[in-house]
Amino acid sequence: MNIIDRRLNPQGKSLANRQRFLRRAKEQVVKAVRDASGKRGIQDIENGEKVTISTGGVREPSFHRSGAGGVRDYVVPGNKEYVEGDTIARPEGGGGRGGNEGSPDGEGDDDFRFVLSREEFLDIFLEDLELPDLVKQKVKQTESHSLTRAGYSVTGSPANLNLVRTMRNSLSRRIALKRPKPADMLELEALLREAEDRGDDPETLREMRDQLERHYLRSKRIPFIDPIDVRYNRFETVPKPIAQAVMFCLMDVSGSMTEHMKDLAKRFFMLLFLFLKRRYRSVDIVFIRHTHEAKEVDEDTFFYSTETGGTVVSTALEEMQRIVKERYPENEWNIYAAQASDGDNMSSDNARSAALLRDGILPLCQYFAYIEVAAEHNMGLSALGRETELWRTYKTVQGPDLPIAMRRVRSRREIFPVFRDLFAREKAGA
Amino acid sequence: MTAVIDKPDSLLYDGADWDYDQIKRVYDAIENIALKDMGLNVYPNQIEVITAEQMLDAYSSIGMPLMYKHWSFGKHFARDEMLYRKGYRGLAYEIVINSSPCISYIMEENTMTMQTLVIAHAAFGHNHFFKNNQLFQQWTDAEGILDYLEFAKSYIAQCEDRYGHHAVERVLDAAHALMNQGVHKYPKKRSLDLRLEQKRERERQEYQEQTFNDLWRTVPKAAVGGNRPSKSVSERKKLLGLPEENLLYFLEKKAPRLEHWQREILRIVRHMAQYFYPQKQTKLMNEGCATYTHYTILNEMHQRGMISEGAMLEFLHSHTSVVFQPEFDDQRFSGINPYALGFAMMQDIQRIAETPTDEDRYWFPDLAGRGDGMGALRDAWANFRDESFVLQYLSPHLMRKFKMFSVRDDAEDPYLLVENIHNERGYRGIRKLLARQYDLGFLEPDIQIVDVDLAGDRKLILHHRVTNGVLLDESDAKAVLRHIANLWGYEVQLVEVSALSDAILKEHAVTAPSGIGG
Repeated sequence: MNIIDRRLNPQGKSLANRQRFLRRAKEQVVKAVRDASGKRGIQDIENGEKVTISTGGVREPSFHRSGAGGVRDYVVPGNKEYVEGDTIARPEGGGGRGGNEGSPDGEGDDDFRFVLSREEFLDIFLEDLELPDLVKQKVKQTESHSLTRAGYSVTGSPANLNLVRTMRNSLSRRIALKRPKPADMLELEALLREAEDRGDDPETLREMRDQLERHYLRSKRIPFIDPIDVRYNRFETVPKPIAQAVMFCLMDVSGSMTEHMKDLAKRFFMLLFLFLKRRYRSVDIVFIRHTHEAKEVDEDTFFYSTETGGTVVSTALEEMQRIVKERYPENEWNIYAAQASDGDNMSSDNARSAALLRDGILPLCQYFAYIEVAAEHNMGLSALGRETELWRTYKTVQGPDLPIAMRRVRSRREIFPVFRDLFAREKAGA
Repeated sequence: MTAVIDKPDSLLYDGADWDYDQIKRVYDAIENIALKDMGLNVYPNQIEVITAEQMLDAYSSIGMPLMYKHWSFGKHFARDEMLYRKGYRGLAYEIVINSSPCISYIMEENTMTMQTLVIAHAAFGHNHFFKNNQLFQQWTDAEGILDYLEFAKSYIAQCEDRYGHHAVERVLDAAHALMNQGVHKYPKKRSLDLRLEQKRERERQEYQEQTFNDLWRTVPKAAVGGNRPSKSVSERKKLLGLPEENLLYFLEKKAPRLEHWQREILRIVRHMAQYFYPQKQTKLMNEGCATYTHYTILNEMHQRGMISEGAMLEFLHSHTSVVFQPEFDDQRFSGINPYALGFAMMQDIQRIAETPTDEDRYWFPDLAGRGDGMGALRDAWANFRDESFVLQYLSPHLMRKFKMFSVRDDAEDPYLLVENIHNERGYRGIRKLLARQYDLGFLEPDIQIVDVDLAGDRKLILHHRVTNGVLLDESDAKAVLRHIANLWGYEVQLVEVSALSDAILKEHAVTAPSGIGG
């Protein structure tokens, strides 16, 4: 008997099958994921998700009898009171009383449930979104190196000794130099001993001894393994490029921004962050909040503390410009910015903001997204065409070649569609 | 009473934890009992320790250690994993593979007693059954299966590389849908040798490559509707070997538009189906045999003082839950538990052979009082399958014990009718009906290819011979026909014909697929 411990075998043997399954059920899974993402908060979007899909596309049909009609006999255990000839009222739900009738794998047309891992969920969730203008993926930050095999070398550490290569060289050298094989020598010795025992002709004996002697000498002169045989695995360190991105979150936190609006903004920022994280190995986030003056803050302060004051958008843009200059040189970083605001701005600041955006910010950015959040009950106003100050200002900046996008969001439901709309892969194949 | 209880010397292990030494000792003890006392004859054993995760992996690829890749396995894995994680379903204690050496998986989190139970159950019970039952001997090749699986896996992976996932998946989907109709039910002339399969595949390929001559392409084709006289229908059928119930075999050999690799994939799936066919036919006996074996061995070990009282109680707890048979009106009822009935019948055979009653002498004149219960069991295990086993050995004693009764469900009546109960008048009826519940030939619809006009429109015609007026499930039948059409390349028609009157009850048809081939 053998006992084999398989516990350390590579896990996830069925991973390839799972990928095939997901590919097969793609359409349905995508739909289920979209539905699910509508229901859950952005905060826990990074966790896995249980999805339910209909069995339609992943049905495994087979010829089997239908569950209804015809004559069937069943033998069942546990009779208590029946005698032959008794009749029993037909149980509800058709003739499936024999138990294991129905479809062979016991599934029927029920919905099929399973759990998607976090990776799979995000993959599908953010599928076919593309970052615009990826040209400037700067290569920097070479602090990460990896070793790659790079052939063989004649020097190296014993740990890297390549036994197969070494022995191959040794073997071919031994064959080329005709080093006598140990087996041959043993045979010769045996023959010699036999001849001695038989008392053969001394001349032949001497010849045999000489031959054996020559063999000995030769095998001594030609070593089994010579230093010139030895080969080592050679490794090279290869610098690994890291594409890096920084994301600027700009938000108006003046009194007019309600909790609801901030919530919407937060959701949008989270999505953008998740998305960038999937495209870049390292993503920095910078939070800038502003009233009539702007400040770089940490995440908590950014979302949860309120400020009072007026609203001067240009201050935030200036702050961003300053930070870029200080810490994120534009030739080394991919810069993304998202601004959320309720659209208020001091009238006197509009011209300045527009100029800053056009001449200062947009040339730095891969992409600048402006999200205007509005109170939910406030639906009518913008629909009537009354645009906010900031909207009008930014509209003047908008141009076909500029990486800026503007959208309005009123309720949570709209966040994801707007996000998709912003980043959806260009259909025309631009 | 002292705080420390001395462990008797004869105990093989103590407590719940296991290690390799203990397993080895227990294995040797079990082997001794199984081979010497019970006279079992087994393939060499290989026991593999795996984790729960790996057990789930093994589940999803129908228990085989190597399997080609297909999405349906991924689907089963996703469902099993979900059920397991949610606690709806536990994992099987073991999986055993009909191969030589016979591979049994045991899970790391089981207690030592469970490992003992599993080794006795799988490595000796199932193993003996695999090696000795005539169905397995005739239809499966235990020595070759692992090599063949290796070949199948790499062959299909190669096909995926060469022809694309989609094309391979299309063939596999179709083949899987026909798996139940892909077995030979009657013995062939030549016994199966899976090792030769790889060689034969290569040879077929080489022959094709050698005899390839591009000139044939330039030979003008016969005019449409050719001038060949059409042969008579019966002659045509004979040439094609019709009627044929092995649909996969027919498609592999005769489908006009399949490529070489597509035929080979059909062949692989067909071999899989054939390999599992005996297991489907002997579920009751196989489990009965294994359960009887572990029960006998564990009891013997307890008597010899090899396992402690605590271990014995733990064993009895799992054993009784395995052989529990809920009654028909119980919520937990889902058919007859093969472990329960199988185990009860094995015990009953031993009882009849060793201490028969008058009734037994009347019902089983050959068996009753024969004395050697174990010998009688080994005979039964070697020579029967579920259907014939029930028909031969189900005793009135057992029917009374299980309180069996049979019910007739005629869709035309408003009620169900109790036909037989466990009394003098009902024994034979119940036994016949129960045996039929295990008869795959009866359970699976009888579907055959009856005709195809290769010279004409090449429409493939299948017949389903309807017994007892139960038709095929329509939507599934339609889906399978679509798969057949994908393989066949032309129109396919399925006619449901009454077995009694030859009247046509229903017709399904699927038109030719638009694109076939690569």
